Amino acid sequence: MKSEERYFHSVSLDADKCRGCTNCLKRCPTEAIRIRNNKAVIIPANCIDCGECIRVCPHHAKVAMTDPLEIIQGFEYRIALPAPALYTQFPQIHRSDKIIASLYKLGFDEVFEVARAAEVISYAITRTLINEDRPRPVISSACPAVLRLIQQKYPSLLDNVIDIVSPMEAAARIAKEEFSKAHGVPVEKIGAFFISPCAAKLSDVRSPLGIEKSAVDGVIAIRDIYPQLQSHLKEEFSPLEIERASTVGVRWAVPSGEAEAVGMRHTLCVDGIDNVKHALEQIEDSRFDRLDYVELLACANGCLGGPLTVENGYVAKSRLNAILRHTPAKMVQRSEIFEDAASRFRMTEEFEPNNAQQLTGTMMERILKAARIDEIEQTLPGLDCGSCGSPTCRALARDIVGGFATEMNCIFKLNERISSLASEMVSLGASTRFAVGGTGDIPGNAPADNNDQEE
Amino acid sequence: MTMIKESFHVKQGDMTTAGDASARIKRQCKQLGIPASVVRRVSVGTYEAEINLVIHANGGRIDFAVEPEKITIRVVDDGPGIPDLEKAMTEGWSTASNEVRNLGFGAGMGLPNMKRNADAFDIKSEVGVGTDITMVFNI
Repeated sequence: MKSEERYFHSVSLDADKCRGCTNCLKRCPTEAIRIRNNKAVIIPANCIDCGECIRVCPHHAKVAMTDPLEIIQGFEYRIALPAPALYTQFPQIHRSDKIIASLYKLGFDEVFEVARAAEVISYAITRTLINEDRPRPVISSACPAVLRLIQQKYPSLLDNVIDIVSPMEAAARIAKEEFSKAHGVPVEKIGAFFISPCAAKLSDVRSPLGIEKSAVDGVIAIRDIYPQLQSHLKEEFSPLEIERASTVGVRWAVPSGEAEAVGMRHTLCVDGIDNVKHALEQIEDSRFDRLDYVELLACANGCLGGPLTVENGYVAKSRLNAILRHTPAKMVQRSEIFEDAASRFRMTEEFEPNNAQQLTGTMMERILKAARIDEIEQTLPGLDCGSCGSPTCRALARDIVGGFATEMNCIFKLNERISSLASEMVSLGASTRFAVGGTGDIPGNAPADNNDQEE
Repeated sequence: MTMIKESFHVKQGDMTTAGDASARIKRQCKQLGIPASVVRRVSVGTYEAEINLVIHANGGRIDFAVEPEKITIRVVDDGPGIPDLEKAMTEGWSTASNEVRNLGFGAGMGLPNMKRNADAFDIKSEVGVGTDITMVFNI
């Protein structure tokens, strides 16, 4: 994999809007941001595309790159893959068929619900958990930000991650195959586009984990097509003639929906990136060994809280209940899709650990660096104010040892240094007055080399 | 020649700070780029030891040392001591109170778990004097 592909990031900076404040710096869960020359800089190797910075930036300087709707023009046949979160975005609309019908009006030839694929993936995961001996707890691979977090901060848990592709990926594959069969057109002419609540999905498509190449051809933000969908929703629509997802798949949008669909006895769901980090620490300490399956979601309220959504995540969550009442409770899909799902949707590539935040060199060199970091940290004020441009005093100590900053980046250290320089200058000034302008001195008197005498 | 040496005091009965020492040790190991499987064993073993200090002993001390080829964790307390070491090293044996068990601890896996995770394990205990455990992990 080429290096620029390896670290492709959808989350990026709009430098014109950035004021170099410390909001994103302090909230980044992987300490991937530094402030340099009054602008935020994202360290590509450390960023996991979770979108926390997008949420907290008061100046909207952090953005998630996605594809514009026009991207669909590049393909002869176009399939929309709406995330179930899309259904929760419109006030007063509790019927997902209306929303799906509106997608056709944006220029799509077909709509394939990602929730349908979620049903297939749930089944594939359950089969794998029952038939294969996996280290417990098995961890979901559905949230791309969590996957990248584990690679970087919890690499010992990579073996626990389920090696089944995400519902988005499965949706693109099934949709293209079905469309190609139904209309007798080659798969290469079909484009599949994810309608996304998630900031990390574009990265997940451009530089996927666990698979060589994604079948998804573009990622379009819910936010970007929202106004157009709103206006189409007012129009009449004819009944849909597509296979529909059931509540089992649609519930994947909400925390615990995936764990319930997988249906193991001992499951856990954690949402919100800080909560997820805490849970991963505990899993690492073997405190959750009795659990079968753990669903971890970077966003509070799961995909409903994704940074590319429009609606408040909590409102979306309560609206989902109304939508579920208008959704078939039983899976209605053809059974062939499920048959070999566990092998067909198996990932093909290993998850590699991301060592970007580790010290480098021989073990001895690393130990020396670590000791130096501890030593420098002791001399810093411990306020974790972020004024130096590093998120914490400890991070500054690491940056100093890495050669990316100096002690003088710390405004308190700088202040101390200025004070000591100033007093040095004062005493220097005082001594020169005696040396040069010593008009009262006559040979034979003791030279006035003592400041106290002067004062 | 030991280059990194840290010592942590662990308070008896304080579940708020319980786990802080093992978390710091884990962080340091990860920063050092010690293989993930070793870090995992260090953190499991140290966490067990720390919880033992909080629950069974009158608190105690955890010494952490890193040398290029190994990590040494020493856990010392002046608590009640273990009357029957052989029994205590048996899985499932525990003297923890119900209150502690309700918190999810005291399943009697502590000492056997430490031994299983460490590459070398040594324990000395004397009733009325205290317990002294050393765990070594090869890097």
